[in-house]
Amino acid sequence: MKYISKRLGFYLVAFFAAVALNFFLPRLMPGNPVQMYLAEMSQSGGKIDPQVIASVEQMFGYDGSVPLIQSFFHYVVNIFKGDWGVSFAYYPQTVLGAVQRAMGWTIFLMGTSLIIGFIVNNLLGILVAWKRGSRLDTTLTVGGQILANIPSAITALLLSFWLCYSGVFPLGYAVTPLYQPPTVWAFIKDVLYHAAVPLLAIFSTSLGGIMGMRANMINQLGDDYIVMGIAKGLPEHKIMFGYGARNALLPVVTSLAMQIGFMLGGSLIIEQVFNYPGLGKIMVNAINRRDYPLMQGILLMTTIIMLSANFLADISVLILDPRTRTQSMKGKK
Amino acid sequence: MKKIWNSTPVRFLRSSPRLTIGICLVLVVLFMTLAAPLFTSYDPNFRSAGEYHSAPGGTHFLGTTQLGKDVWSQVLYGGQKSLMVGILAGALTIILSMFFGISSGYIGGAYDSIVSTLTNVLMVIPNIVLLLIVSSMVDGGVSPLVICLIIGLTSWPWNARVLRAQTMSIRNREFVYSAETLGESKIRILFVEIMPNMLSMITSAFVGTMIYAIMAHATLEFIGFGDPLSVTWGTMLYNAQNTGALQSGIWWEIIGPVMGLVMLGTGLTLINFSIDEISNPKLRAQRIMRDYYKAKKRQQRKVGKAV
Repeated sequence: MKYISKRLGFYLVAFFAAVALNFFLPRLMPGNPVQMYLAEMSQSGGKIDPQVIASVEQMFGYDGSVPLIQSFFHYVVNIFKGDWGVSFAYYPQTVLGAVQRAMGWTIFLMGTSLIIGFIVNNLLGILVAWKRGSRLDTTLTVGGQILANIPSAITALLLSFWLCYSGVFPLGYAVTPLYQPPTVWAFIKDVLYHAAVPLLAIFSTSLGGIMGMRANMINQLGDDYIVMGIAKGLPEHKIMFGYGARNALLPVVTSLAMQIGFMLGGSLIIEQVFNYPGLGKIMVNAINRRDYPLMQGILLMTTIIMLSANFLADISVLILDPRTRTQSMKGKK
Repeated sequence: MKKIWNSTPVRFLRSSPRLTIGICLVLVVLFMTLAAPLFTSYDPNFRSAGEYHSAPGGTHFLGTTQLGKDVWSQVLYGGQKSLMVGILAGALTIILSMFFGISSGYIGGAYDSIVSTLTNVLMVIPNIVLLLIVSSMVDGGVSPLVICLIIGLTSWPWNARVLRAQTMSIRNREFVYSAETLGESKIRILFVEIMPNMLSMITSAFVGTMIYAIMAHATLEFIGFGDPLSVTWGTMLYNAQNTGALQSGIWWEIIGPVMGLVMLGTGLTLINFSIDEISNPKLRAQRIMRDYYKAKKRQQRKVGKAV
């Protein structure tokens, strides 16, 4: 349990860092943010009633009479209370409400592509490491890395031009507008139909993962216990999956954090291209309307999503690696 | 001619087709963008009256935009800015990564734990969202230089972590101990003993961050950041998306920036692969393995024929 509590402690630090960033970044900028944003809002035709002013001031904790530390504390308490301010762009709605409605779609997109990407990347990585030096190896590693390095916006644009513009797949939205699915199955079918191309786009940007798995697997394949397995005459698939892959998978899971962040970034951009109603979509709206409370809410929420995904990865490390378990036993003694 | 063909650098390039293709792609992009006036006579912001969304061919090699601007000249001139941002931001990122990574790996102790906690925290906060928020706070439009700064300040953690791990493994080797015993100063050990051993890693990280910076710059502008009046690959894509060019089948507005980014990304990725290969003999062994496979296949075929 020492391992878990250590990780949890780290997540708490990370969360507070995100909150502090949200709080202090606007203060580092020149000028009084409240006045600046109110001016910007009135320019863009927003209504300014006392409630909005209060919400803006509260969002920055901007009250000259109160010391900085105290207003920071106030801000943190408000976040835990679920009071994240009022959105400008989606005016009557609160930030938390707007974020909550959108985050489901993002989690669905990211989660699905993460799972598909994880399985496919690692299987391909194992295969390619087994056949290292072959033409398949070169094609998949180099090709995967190139696809990963091309920005997700480009991949998404090309895919939407190729698959959606031609009419095979829908051009946007997560479900058909104004369509009342008669059964649950029809609904699932509709959602998958709309998500197929965005998923493909996110998946293609995650293909760089082949490289990581391949490198780990090659390292494992040089080890003595693999040679022993071959000498014993074990069948190839047993050495590949039962011996090599099990050990090679571990560092991949540990370094999943980076990949999750990468995919989250990718899915935010891709949502914009496909007009998908997730966090990426409202993020761009927030940016265009200079809706600062909403942007900060999105930063907090994406950080929470990242932390939760990382926590799941940590737990799977615990399951995969017996050493972490013995470590925690030692910790108890 | 034969002398050139067999000279060492050319032989080296011949032995590594990846590197050759990568260098060629990057050079083509560099040459085309930096020598833009040679390839087009249009100003990227000049509006040809009456020619809105005209198709490629004729007087405009890649057609015109909705406002009648020549797409081909925009591609060439826009590439200049994208490249500049990439190189500058890549340099800034790698300098920060080197500073934090190597110092925390070498010094260790409390300093190390503070820096590595900071690195890990920054890695958990979604990079693209952080980029967006920081750039939205900067008032008065986001110039390419500001984007450089923002990319540099937010994306150093990944490389810092890699370099830290490498420094830690090097600093426990015998030659570092002997240097310490000889009484070399810490600065000298860092720069003369440890750094040269990581040069290939630093180079490859630099190329990697350059790719990342170019792509992040394009992405930021694509979703509406940056000055919409300045011509770069990112803003071209943004304008194309906003005017619904794709939906109406106007492919020539995006083909240029897409091709440019893909060529640059592919070229730099291939170069990065070769840097790894040159510096890591284990990877070079793979090519020997490939020859081995080929020989084995040939042998099998021979045996098959004999039977």
